[in-house]
Amino acid sequence: MSYLPAGIPAPRPTVDDAPFWAACQEQRLVIRHCEACSRFFHPPMPCCPRCGSFDVAWKPVSGQGSIYTWTVGHQAIHPALKDHGPYNVCVILLDDADDVRLVTNVVDVAPEELRIGLPVAVCFEEAGDGTLLPRFRRADEQGERQQ
Amino acid sequence: MSFPVHDLPRRLQPCIVGVGETRYTRRGGHNDTPELKLCLQAIHAAAADAGIHAGEIDGFASFGFERHEPAVVQTALAAPLLRYASIVWGGGGGGCSGAVMLAAMAVATGQCRYAVVYRSICQGQHERYGQFRERPLWGSYIAPYGLMSPGMMVALGYRRFMEESGSTAEDLCEVAMNSRANAQHNPRAVMKGKPLNREGYFGARMVADPFRLNDCCLETDGACAIIVAPREVAEKLQRPSVPILGAAMASGPRWSLGPMGSHNMPLEDYATINSREVAKAIYEQAGIGPGDIDVAQIYDAFTGLIPMALEDYGICGKGETSAFIQSGALRQGGRLPINTAGGLHSEAYLHGLNLIIEGVRQARGEAVLQVPNVRHCLVTSGGGTGQKSALVLGGA
Repeated sequence: MSYLPAGIPAPRPTVDDAPFWAACQEQRLVIRHCEACSRFFHPPMPCCPRCGSFDVAWKPVSGQGSIYTWTVGHQAIHPALKDHGPYNVCVILLDDADDVRLVTNVVDVAPEELRIGLPVAVCFEEAGDGTLLPRFRRADEQGERQQ
Repeated sequence: MSFPVHDLPRRLQPCIVGVGETRYTRRGGHNDTPELKLCLQAIHAAAADAGIHAGEIDGFASFGFERHEPAVVQTALAAPLLRYASIVWGGGGGGCSGAVMLAAMAVATGQCRYAVVYRSICQGQHERYGQFRERPLWGSYIAPYGLMSPGMMVALGYRRFMEESGSTAEDLCEVAMNSRANAQHNPRAVMKGKPLNREGYFGARMVADPFRLNDCCLETDGACAIIVAPREVAEKLQRPSVPILGAAMASGPRWSLGPMGSHNMPLEDYATINSREVAKAIYEQAGIGPGDIDVAQIYDAFTGLIPMALEDYGICGKGETSAFIQSGALRQGGRLPINTAGGLHSEAYLHGLNLIIEGVRQARGEAVLQVPNVRHCLVTSGGGTGQKSALVLGGA
């Protein structure tokens, strides 16, 4: 079962970011990387937001990270959330991708246990249309994913 | 000194010469009146306040998703000439002072004589801002995770601010109670007659942790308008005119759409509202510093934006905000009274244009909760998203 109901909007890959979503379908996390200044950036753009170079590629990252900030939504702001309980939205700071952050959900941590700095690791879950989305699970303090 | 450059001829100094609004209601309260009609009524009220005929307006500026295009408004005002029209990009709140800046630029450069800035919002007739809407940019990176409401978007930034600054839920409570207390004096305020105490604040439901119900702005319907003219024109009107001493819009590096999409601004900027560059610009233009501000109208779509604004605008140093708020500084009679008509929390949510109107009333000395001897009123627009904007208004 997925963290959020099937009726929530699924990703819509575009020419800018199709490789990101294609990698997710293979349960791999890839992030835009600037070959000119050797730094990662996100969300995908045609140019590096630091140096402006068009020389950008995709690089795999470990998917290890930590909670940078979080909130818990208590309101059914989309029809699919009607009768669904509170859910978290977290911003994850990746460990090995410079200062790249992803907006996502941490699927196995109760709201009262969420805290900034909590180590997490990527996992992949189906959105409503079967697309695999990167979400995150608690990792132990050494960064190993818990079973 | 004067806007936009220090040696601008005095006769071209842009001034606010009239303000007006419709009655503000809860969402749905104006369902029997077309939104365009409300928009026109607000402009007519502002023209009457300025002592001009609405048909003399020849410049038009707005922001965000304003639905009524200048040529339509011009036609309905029976105005013979449109000489200037513009809109500020973005979702709305951040462009509010920016729209006044466009109007000021238009009159100061002779593009038009009277420029009106207007905003009309009828959520009862159109979309609700607190609900999910398709967003064209980067929806794939936020919507599938349920990040769909402005409340949750701002909550992410504010949570991080709490961590870095030591700000607490008590600060939000104080801010919410202050706005509501101010609104009790304001006959226009939707929340007049509904005071808020500590028990009411903490007893209300959580919406987007750490924001409770009273941390979120109102959902209201209505319209408001502001008329800008150069000083040489303003002086002929023989009414109090408010000089615009500073007006700027700006965004820091790598903000893109901020919490509406990208969360990848520099780490040291994350727990801000992306307004430090705007602050720098308006203080420089006005030739003042944060300590010279007598009263402020701070964009408060969510209470948490206020502590963050106090730091971005240099009113508090990093980590000083909580003590400043708890000292009562923001209240009437305090060091820096803010949102003196109730703000977007307790007066109405017109994307912040009503904050500018209250700023004008303070600068004229005719606000309901008047701060004595206002020489500089700060008005800020937006929090945390794309480009932000702000004004410094001088005493009339």
